[in-house]
Amino acid sequence: MADAAIADAAEKVLASRPDKAQLIDKLVAELPEHVVLHAEEDLRPFECDGLSAYRQLPMIVILPETIDQVQTAMRVCHANDVAVVARGAGTGLSGGALPMDNGVLLSLAKFKQILDIDTENRRATVQPGVRNLAISEAVSHLGLYYAPDPSSQIACSIGGNVAENSGGVHCLKYGLTTHNIVQLEIVTVDGERMTIGSEALDTPGYDLLALMTGSEGLLGVIVEVVVKLLPKPERAQVVLAAFDDVRKAGDAVAAIIQAGIIPAGLEMLDSPAIIATEEFVHADYPTDAAAILLCEVDGTHAEVDEHIADVTAVVEREGATEVRVSRDDAERAVFWAGRKAAFPAMGRISPDYYCMDGTIPRKALADVLIGIGELSKKYGQRVANVFHAGDGNLHPLILYDANIEGELERTEEFGGAICELCLEHGGTITGEHGVGVEKIDQMCVQFPPDELTQFHAVKNAFDDKGLLNPGKAVPTLHRCAEFGAMHVHNGELPFPELERL
Amino acid sequence: MTTSADQTDQLTERVRAAFESKSPLKLTGGGTKAFLGEQVKGDTLDVTGHTGVVNYEPGELVMTARAGTPLSELEAVLEAEGQMLAFEPPHYGDNATLGGTIVSGVSGPARPFTGAARDFVLGTRIINGQGQALRFGGEVMKNVAGYDLSRLMAGAYGTLGVLLDISLKVLPLPRTQITRVFEHGPSEALTQISDWQRKPWPITGAYWEDGKTYLRLAGATSPVESACEKLGGETLDDDKPFWRDVREQQRPFFSNADKPLWRLSLPPAAPMLDIDGDCVIDWGGAQRWLASDIDAVALRRIVKDEGGHASVYRGDASPRFHPIGESMLALQQRLKRSMDPAGILNPGRIYPEL
Repeated sequence: MADAAIADAAEKVLASRPDKAQLIDKLVAELPEHVVLHAEEDLRPFECDGLSAYRQLPMIVILPETIDQVQTAMRVCHANDVAVVARGAGTGLSGGALPMDNGVLLSLAKFKQILDIDTENRRATVQPGVRNLAISEAVSHLGLYYAPDPSSQIACSIGGNVAENSGGVHCLKYGLTTHNIVQLEIVTVDGERMTIGSEALDTPGYDLLALMTGSEGLLGVIVEVVVKLLPKPERAQVVLAAFDDVRKAGDAVAAIIQAGIIPAGLEMLDSPAIIATEEFVHADYPTDAAAILLCEVDGTHAEVDEHIADVTAVVEREGATEVRVSRDDAERAVFWAGRKAAFPAMGRISPDYYCMDGTIPRKALADVLIGIGELSKKYGQRVANVFHAGDGNLHPLILYDANIEGELERTEEFGGAICELCLEHGGTITGEHGVGVEKIDQMCVQFPPDELTQFHAVKNAFDDKGLLNPGKAVPTLHRCAEFGAMHVHNGELPFPELERL
Repeated sequence: MTTSADQTDQLTERVRAAFESKSPLKLTGGGTKAFLGEQVKGDTLDVTGHTGVVNYEPGELVMTARAGTPLSELEAVLEAEGQMLAFEPPHYGDNATLGGTIVSGVSGPARPFTGAARDFVLGTRIINGQGQALRFGGEVMKNVAGYDLSRLMAGAYGTLGVLLDISLKVLPLPRTQITRVFEHGPSEALTQISDWQRKPWPITGAYWEDGKTYLRLAGATSPVESACEKLGGETLDDDKPFWRDVREQQRPFFSNADKPLWRLSLPPAAPMLDIDGDCVIDWGGAQRWLASDIDAVALRRIVKDEGGHASVYRGDASPRFHPIGESMLALQQRLKRSMDPAGILNPGRIYPEL
């Protein structure tokens, strides 16, 4: 299909006006009535995901209970050219599960079973609605766990983790979702069930497992996941190091890595984040520090001893003003309490906050932090920074008040400027939260038209009508042209070849 | 010292011309993986002139290099900084290139423990089948902007794009490495390896051959030593040549060319299969090498029943890779067309129909 035709398909779906009553009739003709929700009070709980600044009531919600029902729902929607947005636990931070008023929201919330635990191969087969943490809890007695641990792990579901390629605190050592799954069952846009990946470590043909992971619900609906399980480390211990200068803290991050240590977690908080979290949870963080690092190492007892000594020596050499080592698991939990409470702590000092997700090379940490500080002055809005320093994955939290006219819009513009700052330093606009609707315009800055066109062509191979989660993740060139017209970057007009409307 | 030459423009021009004239291209690097998969008919597109390290900063754990760069040169550059490609890529010859290594998706004995080639790919620059140079992914550890077309290139044998540059995550070399040897029958070895892997020990290799299990531990010094104490077994002195020979198929098992050689990829704990022939076990059970005259269809049925697949490394069986189902093949054909609409990039290399 020609590029223009692919873009047209997407825009047609976005503008379509399906007949709601007719569609309900067609769905309940093939599905139990109670799984098809269409009254406003039943739709309300699905109007947003974790990015609550964006809200939209879906036309219809389908809450299937079996894979058969998912297939039927997809078949009916496909036959009637109706868009489908799949949703897990609804904790996503980029609006990836934002419903459409002219589309179906397909909730996988009823798929909550852990189907199999295979200790011999160290795997678990789970339904997509199983919570991330529930997997580790179910296998804990076997000395095993599931490694990726997004901060929402108590609530987020594994299906959503796969769709977003979720990360967490322990990615540098243990990888992202894509490194920790072996097989998926998906339902295609036209209702066919397919197995992606295999029980072996590789699969003949193309690596569709890599492609599906992080595809934000645009290529298929995930209905079953086989995850890898790892042996639990014997011990974990944390070094807390305080610095009087952000640049020194950034350099210490690189120095730890260069010393040949891959920490299980390496997190950083800047001064506003330290102060806010300290007031909230009293983790006894040094509130006069410009930045603190939390460096966790894990493994066997001997390994942890060796690496704790190394990390302590490195941070002292890099000029830490204070170094503490957790004495036991209780103290380790206290060290982490502040980091883990960083987001709710912002909720205490500001009515709203907006979480960004850019990732940069580690060496650019200090420069980007200083740049964010300058942007903060320019926009007149406060920012606190917490981030996965080991991965270079930033989470600047922009504080704002949605009740003040125009403040959300200004915040979004500020967020866009942070994305572009990350790109200027060789980074990416999103490390683990996904593009969704939130960062779709910044995709136009990160990717030139040929790359975006290639993405659309790949999407078309899976979904030629463009029905799966339209309007998310990959912008049309038309949208980029409109965005570019408002947004001249470095004096260059992006997409000069396109007509502006 | 590595050579360095950027041939992006020449290569892109060649692909664009081939797209316009709809003439197939046969992609070649060092030729060391040419025996894998099907034979391709087409004009040769040699990428070995596109060489050099584009960016390497040890503190970032990232290396970006051009596809034609010799693998051995890259490994030397990394070793000088105390780092490595942790998927332990097999070379299968002196001329192996980085590009050939990634497109064939091959990984060495460390694969089940540290990850496969695809797991270390962070970004790529490719030429698609229309002759457009495109960049996907990047040089950062986490990146979820756009579909993961970079990892998709691993194991695609150049049928979706010509690799130009590859950014890889690299890791520190282990400080200590010890290999312990145990006397086991094959089934006993599988059970034992599965049990060991439920311990938080720094295992980086588990291989069985001819009544002996070889377990490699590597990492920080103290955990390697303490795990060895708990494990028992005999230490294999000077173990590096041994693991190199496993990786490169230079063990005596592989040189006996009387029978076809099969690669069986299986769930690691799958039982020993009842098949006439000789077998060695790598990847802790997940990769088994079988020298056998068994009929390809019969073998593939047995292996598939255990959740695996079989590809032929030596012998006449066709197709070379385990066939995939009809609807999966149709999906992969559509994916191929989305990146290579004229079907000019290594057509038929993976399957005759792809």
